[in-house]
Formats: sequence, structure tokens, C-alpha cells
Amino acid sequence: MSELRTTEALLYLDGLEKSFDGFKAINGLSFSMKAGELRAVIGPNGAGKTTMMDMITGKTRPDKGDALWDGRIDLTTQDEADTARLGIGRKFQKPTVFETHTVEDNLLMALKDERSVLATLFSRTSDAQRERIGELLALVRLEDRRGDLAANLSHGQKQWLEIGMLLAQDPQLLLVDEPAAGMTDEETMRTAELLKGIAGKHAVVVVEHDMAFVKALGCRVTVLHQGTVIAEGSIDHVSANERVIEVYLGR
Amino acid sequence: MILRALDTRSAIFLGVLFILAVAVPFLNQAMTPGSAAHLPSFAVSLLGKYLCYALLAVALDLVWGYCGILSLGHGAFFALGGYAMGMHLMREIGDRGVYANPLLPDFMVFLNWKELPWFWHGFDMFWFAMIMVFLAPGALAFLFGWFAFRSRVTGVYLSIITQALTYALMLAFFRNEMGFGGNNGLTDFKDVLGFDLQSDATRCGLFVATVAALAFGFVLCRIITTSKAGKVLVAVRDAESRTRFLGYRVEGFKLFVFVVSAMLAGLAGALYTPQVGIINPSEFSPANSIEIVIWVALGGRGSLVGAAIGAVLVSLAKTLLTGWFPELWLFALGGLFVLATLFLPRGVLGAVEGIKLRRSRPAREPAPQPAE
Ligand SMILES: Nc1ncnc2c1ncn2[C@@H]1O[C@H](COP(=O)(O)OP(=O)(O)OP(=O)(O)O)[C@@H](O)[C@H]1O
Ligand SMILES: [Mg+2]
Repeated sequence: MSELRTTEALLYLDGLEKSFDGFKAINGLSFSMKAGELRAVIGPNGAGKTTMMDMITGKTRPDKGDALWDGRIDLTTQDEADTARLGIGRKFQKPTVFETHTVEDNLLMALKDERSVLATLFSRTSDAQRERIGELLALVRLEDRRGDLAANLSHGQKQWLEIGMLLAQDPQLLLVDEPAAGMTDEETMRTAELLKGIAGKHAVVVVEHDMAFVKALGCRVTVLHQGTVIAEGSIDHVSANERVIEVYLGR
Repeated sequence: MILRALDTRSAIFLGVLFILAVAVPFLNQAMTPGSAAHLPSFAVSLLGKYLCYALLAVALDLVWGYCGILSLGHGAFFALGGYAMGMHLMREIGDRGVYANPLLPDFMVFLNWKELPWFWHGFDMFWFAMIMVFLAPGALAFLFGWFAFRSRVTGVYLSIITQALTYALMLAFFRNEMGFGGNNGLTDFKDVLGFDLQSDATRCGLFVATVAALAFGFVLCRIITTSKAGKVLVAVRDAESRTRFLGYRVEGFKLFVFVVSAMLAGLAGALYTPQVGIINPSEFSPANSIEIVIWVALGGRGSLVGAAIGAVLVSLAKTLLTGWFPELWLFALGGLFVLATLFLPRGVLGAVEGIKLRRSRPAREPAPQPAE
């Protein structure tokens, strides 16, 4: 951790490498984002999109390279709880909510608040928190499921709940892995609107295979292939790129 | 906080405990011996033993039922509490032992020891022993949990290490040189706080103390599990990695409940020793720890009341069966466990609930139960 800011970027990845049993999943990956930016990341299966998120959130340690948060903090030394406390929130590819808890409790646990054992032991839900939960429920359209167990939600609703939990954390950066999987077209478009709406206040990285969804986001697109960035720019720019067509779009 | 912790079921449970605390001494003390209503003293101590087990089961349920830590070594914490109390009772014998040595317990004189080992000092004082009842198991749990949870040992691996822990302690306590009485353990106690352990009144007093300890442990666990920390515990149980990504330090939560649970187990052990009259290394045996898991599984994992009921029911069955067919007990226990796993995945209490639910809402399929 150095005192000097070396970059203006909120998130700065440079020359990351990661091998799994000799297989290079991430190979010289460089990526950077400003605060408040909305970014889509696309690429074929196994390109390393999820692994990139794993490295940002301290789940996987890179073999080589730098990962800097806010120009100051070395993300490669932080664990999952640390990165969450720094302000990085994450939605998983496979929706993971706490199934034996109610929808409300899922949001309550995600809500920005003290996370220590003692604090949670003596914590009481405040009216402000209940109100915030109400707002979030309205946002993800789960108002009438407040007291239901998360296990009883549909796949799409679980995705929504997880997005709601992400917003409850009020993170500076949201990493959203395939949010539209299992959603209807209408739900997909609403998700795109929602993410567009929160960008600006939060930085958002969205991984998605659904090109209509990516178009709807209308943001800068980064294309990953074999663990490295092969193109970056507007959706029209990258769609015209021959390499991108060859490895991804033109399949 | 306390109000939130006390739902109807808890209130009923505490009510039953209260009735026991009044009725058992009454039936023992006020009824004439030999009459049908008289409760013999051995039964008072037997019931007290069951309730010690119930407290032990509640302690295990806190870590296993709510946090997913399957400890196969909880017998070790129980035994440590039992030994701490046993050491005090040994010192209380004073010069009334066979060898009439005012300082050394009989077994040390027998081994030709001249001095009291350093770790036996202080145990002549009741308050010191009571601190050790909590401190010894708590410290062991803290050390163990500190290393295990930080290095993220989970699941089967964790269970195996806890089993190894209690096995290692059993071997250690079997050794005479350890200074805990070797394979005979600690026994021949005379009195506690000046009250004769053989007297009926003392037995009743110990029974009431056990009821109070169980009520205390139960309410403490209820407060923990109904708090927001309790929700985090269940979250760790069901999706540990997700909980980390929300910013919770999972190892801290695990360590906390593990230590609390070990201390409650120690308390149960401390009450067990004077009522049974002996504490020996077999309490550390791996099979004992597995039996605790079976109580909780049968009673209903994730329900504190269920765990307590499971402990009492299985122990009662054990007393009866080992009386009639001693060789059959292990088979019966194994069979019960298999049956429960297959047919009562949520334990006896869960099954009762399921029946009630089906009666009240016949049309709908039973919904999965929320974690308490
Ligand atoms: N823990 C791991 N152990 C071994 N191999 C892994 C591990 N994690 C990822 N990989 C491999 O790394 C490569 C990149 O995986 P990753 O999940 O990041 O791809 P992705 O771009 O998210 O793909 P998808 O679009 O299918 O989600 C894959 O070949 C995967 O098999
Ligand atoms: Mg992926």
C-alpha cells in the first residue's frame, strides 16, 4: 500500500496472470475503470471473465501483475471480506442468495452496516433500515415477497434479489456476472435499465453473453479472449473488429 | 433482545424446566420413601445427568445446527469442564482420603508423588474451579478454532480434526504422568461447598442447578441465534463464500460460537461430574462425541429445543436398553441414526411440526422451514 496515487482509475489491473494446473486462464490482462463508469465485458466461454472478478475480489490470487483499488490499495493482498468492505460488491454467475432466510433478511444482511460479531449480536433493525429495504424491494419488484423464503423464489427473482443485495451494500464498484441468465426478455431489458440507472453513482462491470442486453447498456465494451483483452471500445467498434467476430460473435 | 428470543416454543420449554425444578425435588423430598409417588434419589441424579446431556446437545446444536460446524469432538470440552470440577471435588476431600494426606489426592500418594503439580493449585477454591470450568474448554476451543477457521478448514476435514483432538486428549488423560488420575480418573468425592454429595438434599440441589444451567444455556443460545449475528451464522452454514463477499469475516463468527459452545459444554461437564460421582478419560472417547451428534440429529438439528429433547430421549433409551440387552445398544443407536437420517431429516421435532403443518394446510405442500 503506497501513499502516492499512481493512477486516476478506481480499478486498475495490469499484466495479470493466473494459471490453473499449468493452464493459463488469465494471460497478461490489463483493464482499468473510472469511478461511476459503466462497462460491459464480453467474451466466449472460458475467456476468463469470472476469474477476473475472482481476482478483483480476493477470491483468487494472481500469479503475477498488479491490481490497484482507488490508486492506493493493492487488491492482491485483500481477502473477500476485505474487498467487500472496501466497497466492491459482487453478483455471482449462479445466483446465490441465502435460501433459508426470508427475502427481507437477505437484504438486511447485505445492508451497509457494521459487520463485526459484537455489532451484529446487539444490532436492532432501525426504521431507516426497514424503509431502505422497502425501497430496494420496490426497485427489484419483490415487495409482495418480503416475508417469503428466498428458496421459494423463481430463478429470475433470485437474480433480482441478488441485485437488490448488491445495491443494499451501496458499493463503489459492482461486479455483475451474467445478470440476465434465466430472465425473460422483458426482465432482461428492465435489468439493463436498472444498471444504467445506478451507473454514475456507482461504477458497474457487467459480464453478459446476451448481445441485445449489451447493446441496451450502451456503454464501453471490453472483449476478453483466452485471458486477455482483444478489443475495447463502443459496441459498434468492437462488433466490427475481425478478431472479435472470429472468436466470439461469428460463431 | 430477550423478548425476541422467547417464542412460544421456548416459553413452553422453559416452563417444563421450571416444573421439573420444582416437582423433582418435591417428589424426592416430601413423599415418603417406598410410596408410589416417591422419586428415588438415584433417579434424581439420573435425570440430572440427562439434563447435562441436554445442555451439551444445545451447545453442539449452536455450532452444528446454526453454523454448519460439525464438531465430532465436543465430548472433549464436556470432559474438560468435568475434570475442572472433579479437581475441585478431589481437593475438597482434604485429609479424609484413604491416605489422609491433607494436600495430595489419594492417587498421587499412591503414585508416590511428593508435591502437588502446579496445575492443581487453586482448585481448592470453588470460584477458581468455576472459572476453569469455562476457561479450559474455552481456551482450547479458541486455539483450535483460531487455526482451523483461519486456514478455512471446513466440512469433513474439520470434523476429522475435532475427532482427532478428542482422541489425543483421551490418550493423554489415560497416562498417569499427566496428573489427572490416569484411567481411573477422579472419583470418591465427598462433598461440594460443604454439602454431602451422598445426601438426597444435595442431589436435589445439583438437579436444580442443572436445570438452571440448561435454562441459562438455552436462553443464551436463543439470544445469539435470534440476533442478526444468528442470521449471519445460518448464512455461513448455507453459503459461506457468499457471506464473505458481503463483507462478514466468517472466521470471526465461527470462532465466537465455537468458543461459546465449548464453554457451555464445559458447564454441562462440571454439573455431570458430581452427579455421576466420577470423571475418567473415557469421557474423551470419540464414540461419546459421535453420540452427541446423534442426539442432535435425532432431536432436530437447527432447533435448540429439539436438540435437548433428542439428548434426553436417546439417553433414556440407552439407560433402558443397556439394562436389558447391553450388547445391543450400539446397534440400536446406529439403527436409530440411519432411520432418522432417512425418515426424519429434521428430527423428531421437525416431524411433529410437519404433521401439524399438513393438518392445518392440507392443500399446500409443506414449505421449507425458516431457520430459527
Ligand atoms: N478454480 C479453478 N480451477 C481450475 N480451472 C479454473 C478455475 N477457475 C477457472 N478455471 C478455468 O479458467 C478458465 C476461465 O474460466 P472463467 O470461469 O473465468 O471463464 P468465463 O469467461 O467466466 O466463462 P463463462 O462465460 O463460461 O462464464 C476456464 O477454462 C476455467 O475452466
Ligand atoms: Mg463466467
